[in-house]
Amino acid sequence: MNRMQTFLNGLMKENPIFVIMLGMCPTLGVSSNAINGIGMGLATTFVLVMSNLIVSLVAGYIPDKVRIPSYVVIIATFVTVVQLTMQAWLPSLYASLGLFIPLIVVNCIVLGRAEAFACKNGAVLSILDGLGMGFGFTFALTLLGSIRELLGTGKVFDLVIYPEQYGSLLFVLAPGAFIVLGYLIAIINRIKKT
Amino acid sequence: MQYLIIVISAILVNNIVLAQFLGICPFLGVSKNSSTAMGMAAAVAFVMTLSTIVTYLIQYYILDPLHVSYLQTISFILVIAALVQLVEIILKKVSPALYQALGVYLPLITTNCTILGVAILTITRQFNLIESVVFAIATAGGFGLALLIFANIREQMEFSNIPEGLKGTPIALITAGILAMAFMGFSGIV
Repeated sequence: MNRMQTFLNGLMKENPIFVIMLGMCPTLGVSSNAINGIGMGLATTFVLVMSNLIVSLVAGYIPDKVRIPSYVVIIATFVTVVQLTMQAWLPSLYASLGLFIPLIVVNCIVLGRAEAFACKNGAVLSILDGLGMGFGFTFALTLLGSIRELLGTGKVFDLVIYPEQYGSLLFVLAPGAFIVLGYLIAIINRIKKT
Repeated sequence: MQYLIIVISAILVNNIVLAQFLGICPFLGVSKNSSTAMGMAAAVAFVMTLSTIVTYLIQYYILDPLHVSYLQTISFILVIAALVQLVEIILKKVSPALYQALGVYLPLITTNCTILGVAILTITRQFNLIESVVFAIATAGGFGLALLIFANIREQMEFSNIPEGLKGTPIALITAGILAMAFMGFSGIV
């Protein structure tokens, strides 16, 4: 597989949310508006790229039996880096993402890519795979966040589209997350078929 | 009284799956029939209670005295991973049938965000040890309740006529949305 394909793979054909459906918890939890979606997406992208890089470099030296715990430690290290950085420079975003930042550790996408891709491929390909998957994840989160924000409050990225009182608060709350994602996946399934 | 509030809040008002979006992957993955759902819920309850006790002790007797609480994420996830291994070994020995049924999802409890989520939540909410244990058991109960209701609905749905595009995950998500709406009705209680 060439490099461009590897990058595009995560973005489209194997989009982590819409196609392989990994990492649902942060997707539903932080997508109440578009800004949170982008913030979470980029934080996850950073962790994905860095952990893919390190895993691809050290995979040959780790005994097979302890590989999962070792990958988890690598991932947790970068999550701690993101956590401390965000706390220092983006305290308001950190506050609204809350618990979901430390929970990047248990995001199935990150461990899934380390196990399925990075440990078998070289450094450059692994970085590209991490970037593709990360941007695919960011795209999905931002799309979901924008739709929920638009339906719920009439705004996208805090830009007023229609007055707030016509919005339905339900879409910002928990049930809206499930319902919007359900219909999005249904639409994408329909498009893929034709 | 305070324990009752913790229990009601964790099971009904702030249900871990339907209000806080933790543990969605097993919620969608093992909810196709109610007996596997029960097994998963039991495994989660066991691991969650144990891991909350252990992480509580680690936080207050190791990380805090040494002023290294920034290592929280790394140390918690390692403890949880070790515990899951332990449960896997025990289950393999005691109940091979259940071990077969849970299959791929048992190792995935490690990456089940409810476990790490509850461990971190008990620290941020500054519960004491007993409150933490009560909170962990109640949260696991809430997870089991949501999983069981959902599995039963999905079993019923096998017989209904669903539009082609909505089959599988989309209809499951929409069902979960309606279930979440129903649980929102509890929000005034506590």
